[in-house]
Amino acid sequence: MDRIELPLHAVAHSRAGDKGNRCNLSLMPYDPRLWPLLAEQVTEARVLELFRHRGATRVTRYDLPRLQAFNFVVDDVLEGGVNGSLNLDGHGKTNSFRLLSLTVAVPRELAPG
Amino acid sequence: MSNTFLVGNGGGFSGDRVDAPIPVVRSLIARGLPAAMFFETLGERTVALAQLERRRDPELGYEPMLERLLEPILADCVAHRIPILGNFGAANPAAAGRLVARLALRLGLPDCRIAVVTGDDVTASIALDQLPVHEADDSLDMKSARLVSANAYIGAGPLVEALRQGADVVVAGRTSDPALAIAPLVHHFGWSFEDWEKLALGAACGHLLECGSQVTGGVFWDPGCKDIPDPWNIGFPIAEVTAEGGLVITKPEDTGGIVDLRTVKEQLLYELHDPSRYITPDVVLDISGCSVEQVGKDRVAVHGLAGHPAPDTLKVTACFEGTWLGEGEVSVAGPNALARARATADVLLRRMEMRGLPVRVRVDLIGVASVHDSDDGALWRAYRGPEPPEVRIRLAAEGNDRDAVDQASREVLALLCCGTAGTGGARWRVTPRILTRSYLVLRERVPTRVVTRAAREMAGQEVAGATSRAV
Repeated sequence: MDRIELPLHAVAHSRAGDKGNRCNLSLMPYDPRLWPLLAEQVTEARVLELFRHRGATRVTRYDLPRLQAFNFVVDDVLEGGVNGSLNLDGHGKTNSFRLLSLTVAVPRELAPG
Repeated sequence: MSNTFLVGNGGGFSGDRVDAPIPVVRSLIARGLPAAMFFETLGERTVALAQLERRRDPELGYEPMLERLLEPILADCVAHRIPILGNFGAANPAAAGRLVARLALRLGLPDCRIAVVTGDDVTASIALDQLPVHEADDSLDMKSARLVSANAYIGAGPLVEALRQGADVVVAGRTSDPALAIAPLVHHFGWSFEDWEKLALGAACGHLLECGSQVTGGVFWDPGCKDIPDPWNIGFPIAEVTAEGGLVITKPEDTGGIVDLRTVKEQLLYELHDPSRYITPDVVLDISGCSVEQVGKDRVAVHGLAGHPAPDTLKVTACFEGTWLGEGEVSVAGPNALARARATADVLLRRMEMRGLPVRVRVDLIGVASVHDSDDGALWRAYRGPEPPEVRIRLAAEGNDRDAVDQASREVLALLCCGTAGTGGARWRVTPRILTRSYLVLRERVPTRVVTRAAREMAGQEVAGATSRAV
């Protein structure tokens, strides 16, 4: 199948939330047909790699097929969280757009025009 | 009992747009259905900051924008029997109640009934060191930690009691966020506190609405990708809940923003971990089998919610005095800006070393890498992209010694003369930090109290309070 590489931002949206030193990142494809493809390509390991420089130790992915969504919980990524971090964004609200910078290979016919 | 009840939200955090409640109330009145308004203005640490405020002045320590939020809507809400609930009492619900009473008198509403809910503040009543720890900041040293506040997340029970006492305004402190929506629903529909499916509906309603515009286009819009109408005038959310268990999220018609599958999905999962176990004091909400459906313009129905029995325990969040945080920033711009910014960062770190200040530091190059970066600047050090037109250099320093933190942040100021060519725009400040630790406590150990009075009576209590302070 003919596939093209795209940043997740082109095919999906995300929002970040925090609790202590954990960050949760939702991920939803705009086109529900892409849900299985994201399930295959946006793995816990790849997301952990994306945040390893910040000290992330573990990523858990919860799949919500009926909602056509995923919820990633990233442990220890907030460098102490809002109370301890020296990061300007102690809540990690901007992390959703780091997730959206990850690339995925999408079949040409499902890629946005 | 009407088959449909409307729940409107007028604020999702302390600092939200103060004119947001006006179109929501207008819409609730126009629709003519039984309704309630709620405000969620209390973050985990907000209550500690409010407690510090109360220490400075015993008549403060509540949501600072409370009067500004309620003034334009209170008379209309009272006239149309739309109760207003909020955790805007923060660390001082009694004083907030008196403020609302004074406001009501000023608006010619002496019979407005105001309920003050207390009991969440467990600072004096519970010995924290005997409780199991739920979560804690790593850097918290309990041997030297100084307690600022300890509050239990209370559920909808006392809020329902306040509504039964005929409250027009329910002033609470630390409640769970969803409880503010669950309470008017329980009161209207007469749900049992063991009807987990119905309570789950209320919890989902509260969870979706508690952050205000976040379900109607706020922190959603992404120009060219996820556009919304009039982002300067986003309508705050309204939920329609039916006796049969229907839940539709919508917003006032005459506002900007949007309610669609995307906004609702983003907010459903916001701050959620295991989607099958969203724990509230009233019910454990399970959205793992949930689906959403667009049922009209700016109308989304939520299906497939499930509820499990509420936990025996309540969460108590304790806030302690933390370290000091110093921050300093300067800018460089134009030709060779990146090289000057990198050199500035290196000089700042070298200065920390030279002066031997007992602080933990980090340097960001804002415009190259900052919020996505790590404390050691891995991303900006590795950056090989195009030359940025401007860079702002930020130093953050943290430590127990306020003077050392101040000296560290002043090193940024010194760059105005000692820095690279064309360094300008210095800002620096030092602020105290809060550390938190949460515990689990059996709910029987957190008794609550509800006092409901007419404004004319409650405003009078303020005079008595003022007199005793003067003595």
